[in-house]
Amino acid sequence: MADILSNSGTDLLLGNEAITRGLIEAGVKFASTYPGTPSSEIGNNLEKISQEVGMYFEFSVNEKVAMETAAAAASSGVRSIVFMKHVGLNVAADPMMTLAYSGVRGAMLILTADDPSLHSSQNEQDNRIYSKLALLPMMEPSTPAEAKDMVAEACRVSEELELPLIFRTTTRVNHARGIVEFGTPEETSAKGRFEKDTARFVNIPAFAKKNRVKLLDLNRKAMALSEVSPLNFIEGEGDTGVITSGVSYTYVKEYIKDVQILKLGFTNPLPEKKIAEFIKGKSRIIVVEELEPFLEDQVLRISAQNKLSVPVYGKRSGHLPVEWEYSPDVVVRLKDLVKMDEPPVPLKPVDIKLPGRPPTLCAGCPHRGIFAATKKAMGKREAVYCSDIGCYTLGVQSPFDMADFIICMGGGAGAAGGFAQVTDQKPVAFIGDSTFFHSGIPPLISAKFNGHKLVMVIVDNRTTAMTGHQPNPGTGRDFGGVTTEALDIESVVKGIGVDFLATVNPYDVKAASKVMKEAIDTDGVAVVISKMACPLELKKQRTLVIRETKVDQSKCIKCYTCLKTIACPALVKRGDEVHVDEVQCIGCGMCADVCPKDAIGVRQ
Amino acid sequence: MRYTIQIVGVGGQGVLLASMVLGSAAMNAGYKVAMSEVHGMAQRGGSVLCTLRFGDEVISPLESAGGADLLMGFEPVETCRNVSLANKDTKILMNLDPVYPSMVAAGFEDYPNIEEMVTAVKERTENLVTIDATSIAISAGKAVAANAVMIGAVAAAKGFPLSKDLLKDMLAKNVPPKFVDLNKKAFDMGYEHMSKQKG
Repeated sequence: MADILSNSGTDLLLGNEAITRGLIEAGVKFASTYPGTPSSEIGNNLEKISQEVGMYFEFSVNEKVAMETAAAAASSGVRSIVFMKHVGLNVAADPMMTLAYSGVRGAMLILTADDPSLHSSQNEQDNRIYSKLALLPMMEPSTPAEAKDMVAEACRVSEELELPLIFRTTTRVNHARGIVEFGTPEETSAKGRFEKDTARFVNIPAFAKKNRVKLLDLNRKAMALSEVSPLNFIEGEGDTGVITSGVSYTYVKEYIKDVQILKLGFTNPLPEKKIAEFIKGKSRIIVVEELEPFLEDQVLRISAQNKLSVPVYGKRSGHLPVEWEYSPDVVVRLKDLVKMDEPPVPLKPVDIKLPGRPPTLCAGCPHRGIFAATKKAMGKREAVYCSDIGCYTLGVQSPFDMADFIICMGGGAGAAGGFAQVTDQKPVAFIGDSTFFHSGIPPLISAKFNGHKLVMVIVDNRTTAMTGHQPNPGTGRDFGGVTTEALDIESVVKGIGVDFLATVNPYDVKAASKVMKEAIDTDGVAVVISKMACPLELKKQRTLVIRETKVDQSKCIKCYTCLKTIACPALVKRGDEVHVDEVQCIGCGMCADVCPKDAIGVRQ
Repeated sequence: MRYTIQIVGVGGQGVLLASMVLGSAAMNAGYKVAMSEVHGMAQRGGSVLCTLRFGDEVISPLESAGGADLLMGFEPVETCRNVSLANKDTKILMNLDPVYPSMVAAGFEDYPNIEEMVTAVKERTENLVTIDATSIAISAGKAVAANAVMIGAVAAAKGFPLSKDLLKDMLAKNVPPKFVDLNKKAFDMGYEHMSKQKG
């Protein structure tokens, strides 16, 4: 990590580091999140440095709670941010929609990190549309450097309007790297006071009705700010005009020639007068933006209202795609409309069959053990494996095939109840420790309440692994000067009063399989907690004990049960012999446990 | 001036570190820099691609297909998979040490013949240089220094716009203090390997 605490000079920063630096410079003093790619590094940075810069930071239990805590801070006059990945805003949408009616006193940024091309996500939703739904101002940076500076500008606008502001990034901004110049942090207070104002902060129908009108008024004021915002600027010359925002701007700027560009950074409300003036006199307008035609449809509407008949090209004309992220190769599709350099001729693809390299569960990952145990316990019975969001999602791969239904955080547990009701298949819901706290508890209670017969397997690897090992309620908190005790998952589940509850060690596959069988046979709600720390996390903490593991070739009968059930990357087949890759193996013993001939030895 | 490096490999091979070293060197040489990295789910043993662009006026974090000036392939299959990032003038540096995907390691899929892969790339370009970066790193002291070997080799590539001293300096700043000597040695051996190719 670069030294983002420096108050001068320049450095090569990841977009998320630049945003973190922006928060410091803008004097943001309250930050909350639930981890999610591509926003996660902001939290990882703040976990390390927030205390030093006098900021409070927390990993909230989910995005909804994160939104509510930040809303309270901002309503008390403290500059705040809540940040999350795009789908996280769905979870937090409920408080956001009415918070817009109340507004805030100190600045509040709602950062949503969208993921065009779904690099690490389950869908490709365009969260810019939330700004229209919630009637909130929105800004979109194009580069890490612009993102850093935009944080302060966003805080100013949020405070001027007394409204939360949506700060919308995408993967190619969060995970781009560029040169960023450091500035001087603004002095602000981390302490606030909540001045009561019932008509504003208590949205009962009588008050909310008036607050809605006030919000519409504020949107007119916001448009006036957008019209004069330095974030919406024109550059270049040409009678073809390109209107663009976000990372798309960088492709337009570098790869398209002889056009005039209207670069939009303040994208809700749009500067309608500025756009109409820009269109006037052009021979054609091209709108370049990723995902939904958010700008384009408004440009078409603004054209119509201003009785302009300049043709508008983009997604609606079929020139540019709606799906997936843009790149210089996508911009080439405009070559009949604009001037650009002849793209180089790529070398022909190699015509050798190349093995795929999908992401996989790590060597010694305890999820491998519980998947193997579940498969054995289920036997020939038909199951529906409802999985969830986390590393264990990778259980979809062979030989596990342990994911039949995945929609969202906590979604597997809820769906399991429905499958239990309408099918004769046995629903098994896998859910991680962090995801359980995030949104797994209500569906478990609902299953108990409604009498759904299902198995929930809580794969408790003692961390929020997929997003980079953040702490969660199950680990307790120990950063930023705050220490809290770990919450015991078994006690939480016991409190719900399920019909079967057991904790297993997934490295002991045989024993875990016996317990899984009991759980599957339970005529009610069964919960199995598969508890084993993520080896990557232990490696980070320097507490991982590696035990030497060897295959005794004289005992091995080449049945390959180890490869077929655990499929650990540390097991390597050379010729017809199975060997252990010493570099990768951690000595967890799962392969030894499933070996029918005790041919794999683990040194104790 | 505008120069694009595409770095391809497998999570854990040090692709991100190599990109940081090259990017910091470009920044210190006074160029504008735009990079794009792969994080998150894809890192779990998956293919990794890192784009590094620098020059007088550079802002886009991505390059067009075939637009690379240099393709650094940390792994043979990944080099082949991404060969279309290069054009006929692109310099390609291809490490020949394989990293087996899990399905290959477990014997369910085959790893292609490395000679055949090299031949396939050679059929497409005259600008291929192959290197046994891991073997060289082991002779320098440790296999983990393979990325230092790769950076050293790049420093000797014909027309490469960043200086050897600057790259070596940035490498030293980006690795833990106790590994500085190892990495510098590996860098020099990579540099030497590439210099010999030209002769």
